[in-house]
Amino acid sequence: MEIWSAEIRQSVLLTIELAAISTVILLVLATPLAWWLARARGWWTEIVASVVALPLVLPPTVLGFYLLVLLGPDGPGGWIAQLWGGRTLAFTFEGLVIGSVVYSMPFVVQPIRNAFAAMGERPLEVAATLRASPSRTFWTVAVPLARPGFLTGAVLGFAHTVGEFGLVLMIGGNIPGRTKVLSVAIFDYVETSRWREASMLAGLMVIFAFAVILTMTLVDKRAARAAA
Amino acid sequence: MKLFRTIAVAAGLLLAFPEAQAAQTNVAVAANFTDAAKEIAAVFKQKTGHEAVLSFGASGQFYAQITQGAPFQVFLSADDARPKKLVEDGLATADSRFTYAIGKLVLWSKSPGLVTGEETLKAASFAKLSICNPAAAPYGLAAVETMKSLNLYDALKPKLVEGATITQAYQFVETGNAEIGFVALSQLSGSEAGSRWVVPQALYNPIRQDAVLLKTGAGNQAASAFISFLRGPEARAIIEKYGYVLDGQS
Repeated sequence: MEIWSAEIRQSVLLTIELAAISTVILLVLATPLAWWLARARGWWTEIVASVVALPLVLPPTVLGFYLLVLLGPDGPGGWIAQLWGGRTLAFTFEGLVIGSVVYSMPFVVQPIRNAFAAMGERPLEVAATLRASPSRTFWTVAVPLARPGFLTGAVLGFAHTVGEFGLVLMIGGNIPGRTKVLSVAIFDYVETSRWREASMLAGLMVIFAFAVILTMTLVDKRAARAAA
Repeated sequence: MKLFRTIAVAAGLLLAFPEAQAAQTNVAVAANFTDAAKEIAAVFKQKTGHEAVLSFGASGQFYAQITQGAPFQVFLSADDARPKKLVEDGLATADSRFTYAIGKLVLWSKSPGLVTGEETLKAASFAKLSICNPAAAPYGLAAVETMKSLNLYDALKPKLVEGATITQAYQFVETGNAEIGFVALSQLSGSEAGSRWVVPQALYNPIRQDAVLLKTGAGNQAASAFISFLRGPEARAIIEKYGYVLDGQS
């Protein structure tokens, strides 16, 4: 029996694809949000920050339940799906991307926000006195200084999406090649007593998680050395 | 410390009269039997004083968990294969195994008039058809057998979405994410909403749902009481009410 079967390969590739696409979208959305959160001084700043952080503490089933309703034919998701002739965004790859972006947002926003906050006003003021425009200051001063934060956010967002389970189980529909990601595949193998496949995929996940944490630690160390 | 004394006295009583005490048992129940099991457990408690604590899930999931020492004493499966296997594995007592219900598969939609019969499957004028995982849940297997009997499985395959349990397959239809789905007749009991087609028995293998007492429940009074209660007239009346056929009556 071939253990690295087409079935497994498919779910591994799908998971990587989902995590990669979600991470790119997350970075695009999280960067301005983190910038604003790091610099705004209003009372509502922390309220917005708390809303963004909600998925950290909400059970995935809560998000799954809302998404099932919102992505469905009676929610905004159904309305969007009509644009390409669908009825619902549940059971679609796009639906999983939407879910992942909501679910992993705090993991990306937080490190970037902290990096922006840590650099303080000074580098930006210096750039302004040298007549750099705000956008140039942002791209040539703020972003390079916050690079470790971006790296941390990207890696965490990617890893968190790879590890997503409850949400996908509730809105995915277990469709091979479209919504059957790694975590759901493992669940499936356990449910059907296929321990060999389950243990192989689970082992893969452990190695991946270890690599992520090690990478994060090394990035942090380098950033600390660079700052010193 | 009045409270402490009360607890101490109660504990003393428990030790003194074990046979007079109401016991508790953990029962793993296949998702299709959720509503019926809740009602049976309530009557069971009323009649015997024992408490049956119910967990719901896919039969396959429970089988996997029980082989790994899950703390259940009774298993109500949605098939007869898994209880049989548990007996072979030496994890359940052979003489306790019996068919408590025979399940009925239904094609169901929330839209009135959408489901008329097998022609609904042939016309396939829907985007998504929800079933439950055929490898883990017997009702999913019955759904696949039905589609294969009608030579429609390959045509319908791209439209299939899978729930982990029959409960989830039902939810996909309930929330409108799938227009149509194969569910258990028991899930529709007491409601006439939408449209349905009770799949003829000739199209799929009978869903013989077996119960079994697990080895872990050998010394548990409530567990054996629950198994015998399930064979009794009160439970059988409830099971029938939920649209199941009783063994020996089909």
